[in-house]
Amino acid sequence: MSLVPLSLTAEKNPWSTSLDSIAMHEKTIAQLSAGLAAGEFSSEELTDAFLERVRRYNPQLNAFITLTAETALAQARAADERRQRGEAGPLTGIPIAHKDIFCTEGVRTSCGSRMLDRFISPYNATVVDKLNAAGAVMLGKTNMDEFAMGSSSETSFYGPVCNPWDLDTVPGGSSGGSAAAVAARLAPGATGTDTGGSIRQPAAMCGITGLKPTYGRVSRWGMIAYASSLDQGGPMARTAEDCALLLGAMAGFDPRDSTSVDRPVPDYTAQLDRPLNGLKIGLPKEYFGEGLDGAVAQTVETAMAEYRKLGAETVEISLPNSQLAIPAYYVIAPAECSSNLARFDGVRYGHRCENPKDLLDLYTRSRGEGFGPEVTRRILVGTFALSAGYYDAYYLKAQQIRRLISDDFQRAFEQVDVIAGPTSPTVAFRLGEKVDDPITMYLSDIYTIAVNLAGLPGLSLPVGFVSELPVGLQFIANYFAEDRLLNVAHRYQQVTDWHLRTPLAFA
Amino acid sequence: MEWETVIGLEIHAQLATKSKIFSGASTAYGAEPNTQACAIDLGLPGVLPVLNRDVVRMAAMFGLAIDAEVAHRSVFARKNYFYPDLPKSYQISQYELPVVAKGRLSIDLDDGSSKVIGITRAHLEEDAGKSLHEDFHGQSGIDLNRAGTPLLEIVSEPDLRSAKEAVAYMKKLHQMVVYLGICDGNMQEGSFRCDANVSVRPKGESKLGTRAEIKNLNSFRFVERAIEFEIERQIDLIESGGKVVQETRLYDPDKGETRSMRSKEEANDYRYFPDPDLLPLILDEAFIHAARADLPELPETKKRRFMEAYGLSAYDASVLTTSRALADYYEATVAALGAEPKLCANWVMGDFSAFLNKDNQDIANSPVNAGQLAGLLRRIQDRTISGKIAKEVFEAMWAGEGEADAIIEKRGLRQITDTSAIEKVIDEVIAANPEQLAQYRAGKDKLFGFFVGQVMKLSKGKANPQQVNDLLVEKLKG
Repeated sequence: MSLVPLSLTAEKNPWSTSLDSIAMHEKTIAQLSAGLAAGEFSSEELTDAFLERVRRYNPQLNAFITLTAETALAQARAADERRQRGEAGPLTGIPIAHKDIFCTEGVRTSCGSRMLDRFISPYNATVVDKLNAAGAVMLGKTNMDEFAMGSSSETSFYGPVCNPWDLDTVPGGSSGGSAAAVAARLAPGATGTDTGGSIRQPAAMCGITGLKPTYGRVSRWGMIAYASSLDQGGPMARTAEDCALLLGAMAGFDPRDSTSVDRPVPDYTAQLDRPLNGLKIGLPKEYFGEGLDGAVAQTVETAMAEYRKLGAETVEISLPNSQLAIPAYYVIAPAECSSNLARFDGVRYGHRCENPKDLLDLYTRSRGEGFGPEVTRRILVGTFALSAGYYDAYYLKAQQIRRLISDDFQRAFEQVDVIAGPTSPTVAFRLGEKVDDPITMYLSDIYTIAVNLAGLPGLSLPVGFVSELPVGLQFIANYFAEDRLLNVAHRYQQVTDWHLRTPLAFA
Repeated sequence: MEWETVIGLEIHAQLATKSKIFSGASTAYGAEPNTQACAIDLGLPGVLPVLNRDVVRMAAMFGLAIDAEVAHRSVFARKNYFYPDLPKSYQISQYELPVVAKGRLSIDLDDGSSKVIGITRAHLEEDAGKSLHEDFHGQSGIDLNRAGTPLLEIVSEPDLRSAKEAVAYMKKLHQMVVYLGICDGNMQEGSFRCDANVSVRPKGESKLGTRAEIKNLNSFRFVERAIEFEIERQIDLIESGGKVVQETRLYDPDKGETRSMRSKEEANDYRYFPDPDLLPLILDEAFIHAARADLPELPETKKRRFMEAYGLSAYDASVLTTSRALADYYEATVAALGAEPKLCANWVMGDFSAFLNKDNQDIANSPVNAGQLAGLLRRIQDRTISGKIAKEVFEAMWAGEGEADAIIEKRGLRQITDTSAIEKVIDEVIAANPEQLAQYRAGKDKLFGFFVGQVMKLSKGKANPQQVNDLLVEKLKG
């Protein structure tokens, strides 16, 4: 591939100078925020425009499970009133979509599962509350792999999500609905969750920017648990700047989440423009070896060349235990999920089988009918891994590997400021291609999973195309260095336009 | 063959917090079903536990009170099993690293000696809800009010050798947790309940026999009976050539027997693992120090002090320190009276306790407070009334007739100490009983009591008994 990035300076960037000429849905959150502030349009108009796009395009994409048009318009009107009172913040009146893993009061929260098809949450996730408080408008709930278990958004009870760049390919997963919605401009931004790559990998496959924050940075309260020690919510949007705006509202200590970290939330937009002179980027040799598509590797190389032009220095590093990440993850995550998903027993809420003949029948049929095959597989694997006689060999061993992986990263950060590599070894694959081959599917997250095991922040940004499908570049930074990741991505986005490309069918 | 019994107890003490161990819902007993269960207690999708600080303070106090190690680092783990009244299908408990380990408690045996019982560990956990099987027409109802109630599970070493020792240990532990103010001790409401692990072995054998676990014993009496039944069942079984199987058994108080609930083969594999929603519990020295400062005077210390400060017998001191409320009442009485600690002890242990029992009343709600009791005792002390009359006055005070002095005045119960008045009564009695007088003077000493009784009767009990005695001796001599 010979796609040369456009080298535009910030001043010459047409998107920042002639806003009026751009269609509303093509604008970034930052631009929409400026438009709302300037009174060019109201939140109600903006929301209406996006709702219209969802209605028009969602049937092709299946990115949304639930559309909350009425409450969205009510929220938009409230945002407009708030603006009138002079109390608007950067997200006030901005429409966004929530991954259907976040509990939303009075709205179905399905987690992509038949089990929760009729579950109306009686409370809001902290992330939802915080974005509501910032004045964001919820358009609806996005599709996802069932209980966030998958890398292609094909395991959803509501059917697979399609990639806006090629409707025959997957959008990645599990936050594939959010990624597809943002990529197809059905929402300017969305929330996602990332347990092993579920924000970064779909962001890469859909050509958008997605950030998985440090574990503990964003509250997990009301975020339906898959693997509690790995799950982390984060923003998905077109640009790093938009992710910074969203993360600023989402992050923060939450007394209802014992694992959230009590640490002030910086203004993530403050450091965006920091020059990259002297930035040391580590390229782990393990992330460029066997299994990586050659064209993807080439695209990443080209992006690195751009970074060198921006003043950064690239050095090869090693993360020697990288190959252990997938096996460790596929013990820890299923072990935790086998326990987390045990509450879906047909007793208090969720799917209950018809006419159970006794308690065992109630349990086995409700769960058997409510869960799809991938969820079932992971529950079984996890149950096995935690069983008496196997715990030490699997769970305990996996936890030890986790420590080795964290240590690898800490050693690397003694040498370099950030680590970079491909987000995923390939571009989006075809729908149905890997559903019957879980191991191959799991390898799609080979570069993202270690970041969750270590609890580090990671970001994926679009850096080019292979076979007309987007390629994502992943950056990993040390704990709580989200501002650095956003800065590194933002500087690149000031001189390239990959993040501004819109799939033709949705332009 | 001679058999030895080996018993270990697992006691669940409900901690007396206002809210639940991992949620803000109330722990108050007896509310309408499912009105005290919040999203966390219901195990809704997306909810997370946050540890109640007070629960930790209480566990630390308990650890310090039994000379145990309070762990600087302990870990909450998930115990996974399916049951309809277990909302998350796992119970948050502590497994490998409990908050309290290696404690001990001394119990008093019948022969007057004492024995130290080892306490292996005490760990924090949440209670489950309740399944209600009646009145639901073949279905079961689930009440989750109790779900998430904080429990301290206290596990003893297998140091107990009889049902009586087990009960003595359980009572001592009950006294301890109530003293510490960390458990209300209410056994009917399930605030303090016990599982007993029972096995037998030939005397002299060091290897433990196969044990049966008897679940959910919620009274001292049931514990004693269930263990006794179980010991006999196991001995009979072995002596008739059978084998004890490891199993969980239930005690049926109506039939007075234990029944098999599930065998080891049917037992759950709980798949314990550290709860990723909760960080390890780290207790620093400052926290443990503060818990130590919160410790009240413990029963043993109080008992020794009562013996030294008030000159009480070991028995009296031990009865008076049974509960903190009783000990406090006693000390308040002594303080108000300012003298005669033994007299106070007799009254607090005697009439006062008897009336409380009779009316099934708590000390806190007693109609006679310590100051009022001291007011009565002062009149015994200054000989205004006799001990016998005092009992009548106390009964009136209990019935709400007022202070001792008012009752004494109103009823004219003031003791007669005027010698001439007493002599007058004695003379009347002697004159009325010439036959008895003759017999007495002929050597029938036993009749002295008769004359005392007659004098007291005629004086309506008001004559000072000592004076009556002294004067009668003289008068009967003639």
